[in-house]
Amino acid sequence: MNKPNVDQLKDLAKEIRKDVLTMLSEAGSGHTSGSLSCVEIVVALYYYKLRHDPKNIKWPERDRFILSKGHTCPTLYAVLARRGFFPCEALMTLRKRGSILQGHASLVTPGCEASTGSLGQGLSIADGMALSARLDFKDYRVYCLLGDGELDEGQVWEAAMTAAHYKVDNLCAIIDYNKQQIDGWTSDIKNLEPIKDKWLSFGWHTIEIDGHDFKQIMDALDRAEMIKGKPTMIIAHTVKGKGVSFVEKNAPGYHGTALKKDDLEKALKEIEGL
Amino acid sequence: MANLKPTRDGFGEALVELGKINKDVVVLSADLTASVRANWFKDKYPERFFNFGVAEQDMISTAAGFALSGKVPFACTFGIFASGRAWDQIRLSVCYMNLNVKISGTHGGISVGPDGASHQALEEITLMRVLPNMTVIVPCDSEEARLATLASASYPGPIYLRLGREPFPIITDYKDSYRIGKALRMADGSDITIIGTGVMVQEALKAHEELKKRGISARLLNLHTVKPIDKEEIIKAAIETGAIVTAEEHTVVGGMGSAVSEVLVENCPVPMRMVGIKDRFGESGDALELMKYFGLSAEGIVKAALEVLKLKK
Repeated sequence: MNKPNVDQLKDLAKEIRKDVLTMLSEAGSGHTSGSLSCVEIVVALYYYKLRHDPKNIKWPERDRFILSKGHTCPTLYAVLARRGFFPCEALMTLRKRGSILQGHASLVTPGCEASTGSLGQGLSIADGMALSARLDFKDYRVYCLLGDGELDEGQVWEAAMTAAHYKVDNLCAIIDYNKQQIDGWTSDIKNLEPIKDKWLSFGWHTIEIDGHDFKQIMDALDRAEMIKGKPTMIIAHTVKGKGVSFVEKNAPGYHGTALKKDDLEKALKEIEGL
Repeated sequence: MANLKPTRDGFGEALVELGKINKDVVVLSADLTASVRANWFKDKYPERFFNFGVAEQDMISTAAGFALSGKVPFACTFGIFASGRAWDQIRLSVCYMNLNVKISGTHGGISVGPDGASHQALEEITLMRVLPNMTVIVPCDSEEARLATLASASYPGPIYLRLGREPFPIITDYKDSYRIGKALRMADGSDITIIGTGVMVQEALKAHEELKKRGISARLLNLHTVKPIDKEEIIKAAIETGAIVTAEEHTVVGGMGSAVSEVLVENCPVPMRMVGIKDRFGESGDALELMKYFGLSAEGIVKAALEVLKLKK
């Protein structure tokens, strides 16, 4: 595949946002605002960075991506479908009985590398994969996307210590730092700041970026690959509900809610006009 | 005097054997490396040994990552921390994905002794057997533990091995016949069946002798695999002997006795008694003294057998 340029990636992000909102609306439930905040990150990973082959899903040399914030799986599903892991028609079966698209990320979906949903477990899983690569003398890399509310979980910090201790430099994690969780602003519920200093003091290399700017995401992913002897954390500043003004204004309200049909029409128009 | 060995020793020996024959075996520990007998593997295969410090949740999910990459991880810590502290990780990261993760929980049961209630795991069989895809194994001596560990490496899916700290004699002699999921008939009998698991098989063997002296012919089943449970052997015992006593060093709430009763009520209900811990926490004390105090003894089993025989039609 030729790697798309930034304009093409932007167009793809629009399509993914529309897919996400439409499939959630069709499902009648699901996590809207957190799915919208990580669109550019997941698109950049699957269209720019990851070494993978949708025709050979279990290719041993592939890079791995773990969606630790498993509730925002609609974004992953839409990207996997458009990338050719399974037919796009499946997207409209999200959350329905017998679907390959479960309510939270699951191994039953072709291309999905781990089942997640109970927060805090993905970074540990990524550590295990990255350490396995080292044992097998393979050069694949492992990527892991975490939510910011997820950082409240103690296990994340256990995994952070493990990755630094074992100098797991084939691991790159990304925080979708949209500053909000179900109950409201992260700063009100349990302050995460100084977030960069936390990761630095845990022995990680850190890169801070605008998580909606493709150039910055691509550049950060490239730079992470150059860092040796420690894992890298990309702190991606994002907007919860990004792309739909009324979702952005009430992001916690749309944390676990899908758009009604009328709102969906409005939202799709707004994204088209971006 | 018979050679006394704890089941954790058989586990540790098997890990070293596995290290040699299976390059995919990795061992994970949470700061209790010598206590769980993972140190023998660590000394021989340091590059395949990973210490997580006091972080059981991270250890279990990392084990899942290893398994997703084709490794056969053995994650080792005390039973209370493995089954309790990391239960959600075992549920989602291991069992839901049906991964090849082997979890060894040592220091199971009241026989942990002086450490007291905080460290006496009495609930692991219950906590683990409710999880889909999970296999639960409770060896009764170090040789059975060794065989179970070796078999685990090539048995697909998640496995929980419940191991103990207290040394006991080797009472099994399998040669090549050990099979996960297949109960071992250690003595035949026609009046009643005693079903034991783990170290309670040791006491059940003594109870069998005591009952024989009283003219009672007791069958003895060693139910080393609590899940998947050997229905066939249990139903056969109920039909042929008409009364059952279960014996476990574990709470009777949801434990091995409960698992047996689930088979019986649906297939062949017969009078039954459960010997085990009666819905309470443990306390400090000498291991064997505690087992006696809590009725986890040959006397306790004999008493239950005499009671249940009265109910038999």
